[in-house]
Amino acid sequence: MLILYLVTVILVIISFIINKQKTIKALKIAIKKFSKIMPAFLTMLILISIVLYVFPQELIIKYLGIGNKYISTLIASLIGSITLMPGFIAFPLAGILHQQGVPYMVLSAFTTTLMLVGIITFPIEREFLGIKITIIRNLACFAIAIIVAIVTGFVFGEIGI
Amino acid sequence: MKKILKISIFIFYFLFIGFSLIFHLESGELIAQNFLSFAFSMLKIVPVAFVLIGLFEVWVKRETIEKHLGDNSSWLGFLWAILLSGTTVGGLYVAFPIAAVLHKKGAKLSVIFTYLGASAICRIPMMIFESSFLGIKFTLVRLLVSLPLIIISSVIMGNILTKTNYAIARH
Repeated sequence: MLILYLVTVILVIISFIINKQKTIKALKIAIKKFSKIMPAFLTMLILISIVLYVFPQELIIKYLGIGNKYISTLIASLIGSITLMPGFIAFPLAGILHQQGVPYMVLSAFTTTLMLVGIITFPIEREFLGIKITIIRNLACFAIAIIVAIVTGFVFGEIGI
Repeated sequence: MKKILKISIFIFYFLFIGFSLIFHLESGELIAQNFLSFAFSMLKIVPVAFVLIGLFEVWVKRETIEKHLGDNSSWLGFLWAILLSGTTVGGLYVAFPIAAVLHKKGAKLSVIFTYLGASAICRIPMMIFESSFLGIKFTLVRLLVSLPLIIISSVIMGNILTKTNYAIARH
């Protein structure tokens, strides 16, 4: 994280030394883009704060820990698609789920959709890439996540042929 | 009209949060907590990302991007996209603006899709973290299965959209 700040500051300084006008233009672009996207970010933050309230960790643990593994995989992929979590929350949570005996297949569906599919990030993605690409990309990534989960199930011997 | 609706939802949300904090309503307090922790983790990354995007836009020539990531670029374009994604921090919300600016500079759609997919699944710090909780085997299976699928689907989606002359709205 610190490295990122350092690199950015150094790049801005170098850019400024080489060409003052261009650097100011770059910073203006940054501010303009940032302020333009703020409403979408705000929407996303509001959505995520509510979704995480509706699906707290205890609930996720409860629902993924029980019952048929195929149904759990499906539920996991849906929760993963809807919610958004930073890795430092998601993977420890997956670790806890694993200790409770949740199959790797279910965890794979959860973490992969969490990373690849973003219903919460929809407002931002649409803003940058357009609505058509957003829908197609998310659908394709959902399918990929399901395939990954199934292969994971095979590899760990959780589903037989 | 849509804007008014949006603003009134924003206002309602923050009124609810304010009300909950004053009267100690548990649901509102938890929602506020979620909001702040996410806002904080995003504000740490997003402004920096936009400064880098700004610099990228003024300094990197369109020809360079077109040559390496554009319509006539080789398979190396995909490799660049994956390598670039490995260093992306944050998550998809950082990758979207980067993808948009790459496309604006002439990168083809299939490369953009590959970049987006790869930045979701193969950010290096995230993979290290993942394997420490779920084991290296889990991470490897996920990576080795998803990455080829990401590339294949990106090529298919990119080609179809390019053929139908789809253009991303300019921002």
